[in-house]
Amino acid sequence: MARIDVNHIRHSYLADPRKDSDFALKEVHHTFEDGGAYALLGPSGCGKTTLLNIISGLLRPSHGQLLFNGKDVTNLSTQERNIAQVFQFPVIYDTMTVYDNLAFPLRNRGVPEADVDRKVRETLEMTDLASWAGRKARGLTADQKQKISLGRGLVRSDVNAILFDEPLTVIDPHMKWVLRSQLKQLHRRFGYTMVYVTHDQTEALTFAERVVVMYDGEIVQIGTPAELFERPRHTFVGYFIGSPGMNVMPVKVEGKVARLGSQSIQLPGALKSAEGSIELGVRPEYVRIGSKGMPVSITKVEDVGRHKVIRAKLEGRDIAAIIGEDDEIPADAKVSFEPAGINIYADSWRVEMGA
Amino acid sequence: MDKTWNNKAWFLVLPVLVLVAFSAVIPLMTVVNYSVQDTFGNNQFFWAGTEWFEELLASDRFWQAMGRNLIFSFIILAIEVPLGIFIALNMPKKGWGVPVCLVLMALPLLIPWNVVGTIWQVFGRNDIGLLGYTVNALGIDYNYVKDPFDAWVTVIVMDVWHWTSLVVLLCYAGLVSIPDAFYQAAKIDGASRWSVFRYIQLPKMQRVLLIAVLLRFMDSFMIYTEPFVVTGGGPGNSTTFLSIDLVKMALGQFDLGPAAAMSLVYFLIILLLSWVFYTVMTNYDAER
Repeated sequence: MARIDVNHIRHSYLADPRKDSDFALKEVHHTFEDGGAYALLGPSGCGKTTLLNIISGLLRPSHGQLLFNGKDVTNLSTQERNIAQVFQFPVIYDTMTVYDNLAFPLRNRGVPEADVDRKVRETLEMTDLASWAGRKARGLTADQKQKISLGRGLVRSDVNAILFDEPLTVIDPHMKWVLRSQLKQLHRRFGYTMVYVTHDQTEALTFAERVVVMYDGEIVQIGTPAELFERPRHTFVGYFIGSPGMNVMPVKVEGKVARLGSQSIQLPGALKSAEGSIELGVRPEYVRIGSKGMPVSITKVEDVGRHKVIRAKLEGRDIAAIIGEDDEIPADAKVSFEPAGINIYADSWRVEMGA
Repeated sequence: MDKTWNNKAWFLVLPVLVLVAFSAVIPLMTVVNYSVQDTFGNNQFFWAGTEWFEELLASDRFWQAMGRNLIFSFIILAIEVPLGIFIALNMPKKGWGVPVCLVLMALPLLIPWNVVGTIWQVFGRNDIGLLGYTVNALGIDYNYVKDPFDAWVTVIVMDVWHWTSLVVLLCYAGLVSIPDAFYQAAKIDGASRWSVFRYIQLPKMQRVLLIAVLLRFMDSFMIYTEPFVVTGGGPGNSTTFLSIDLVKMALGQFDLGPAAAMSLVYFLIILLLSWVFYTVMTNYDAER
């Protein structure tokens, strides 16, 4: 296991990058702590797979350094870095048995056959594949195949990190949950450093201790699931995490009051600085529907089972609110925002409010 | 009611049935008809029963031609399949090299067979042919008209030149269908170049290779045009393959009965061998 330092890494797929937009990865500077479970979350094309491939050594970054436990590995090959990676589509050697698949990375490294056998049997137990050991890998289901891919990483006890590149894409929904909890278990028992790339917020939030949200080649926020939810540092994080995403509306701030059209909203504190275009963000969970507050016209009520999602217009802007399954909507509905859920953004980045 | 309705459906398949009848069944039946009778001019037919078949199966000429044919097919498969795989593995996977290589590879396949024969007939001549002249100038006695070994070498090299491309293109199609993740995973697993070939590339090419072997076997077993143009079956009978022998018999000697019997036997052999190939290879596939 290792601590991974991503030291001012930039990467471009072009031979001669000039502008900022030529870079798939604009500048990433971050430390993945030893034994941590991280998720890289972001939309397609945000650079998360690029970052993963740089860590695994499949890509060499255009600029910057990569350190494992303080040692520079930027120029080392994938094999020398000793990491494991699980890909989006299960990669298995389908002419081999499950056992041989797991033994493959060890045999390639010239491990004595007695040790191979011991390690493979351990790994088969860990991944619940023991009863399939003698089977050809080709006939297995997608989730079993993905477990084999994972097992080929786990079998090498000295791996520096295990990287996952959207590993559950082709897995059935009910198996996703099972696999994810098995992963968490493995992480807890063996303390692997794990980096998990996904565009699915549920996956990221349930898997990781710390979630790294990426957008347009940059890290926009790193935090625990709760931090991402309560205090999105960037409006993108607000939109991207949560279902539905955060309501963001342009406002004018005067002291402790934000003005939205003809309405005014009391803020929990005054802004420390208020330059650039100011927006107010509030998650649907903090929007209250009742008989007091700002008048809205409700356009749609979506019943998603556990709760209802209200779509409404406030001062001509779309706004979403979440209310309980059994809550009543008054005839002349009004909305108010819970002060604790209000965030203010200047040029899309969150600004702190004083008392 | 239902039954009448269903029977009308036969009209839908009728055109196909008629087409197959005229293109395959009726000609084949004519051959069967010839094979059991003796014919003379003036449309006189005499019943011969299995006489032609017995004669054929007892004749050295037939078995020798067959032997030559099997050896030929075996040699060209042994050369073209590994060579084709080797070339496909070394072809570029992206960039401007791809179309260039594909066009170069497809060129021999686009040339009419008798033209291929003519090219090599001229190419190999030791008076004016570039190949024949050069080889002789280097001090190697090469003459495909006189020496059976040289004739075989010429015919085999010609077939390899003509048909390896087919194997290459099929293998290449198999190779490009392998997702990058497989190669990346192999790198991470520390696989050697040979392991990548053995456990990733070869299994993915297996299906197309099966088709390549089948096609090349059937084609080479039925080969006629190219050796006919180059050597005419000679020197002596050394490059007389079954099809050349058949034409000699049917058109050269106008022995329609024996020729028909031979056609049928020939047809059945190809059918049988192709079936055996196919079954063996698909069973192997299913077992794994």
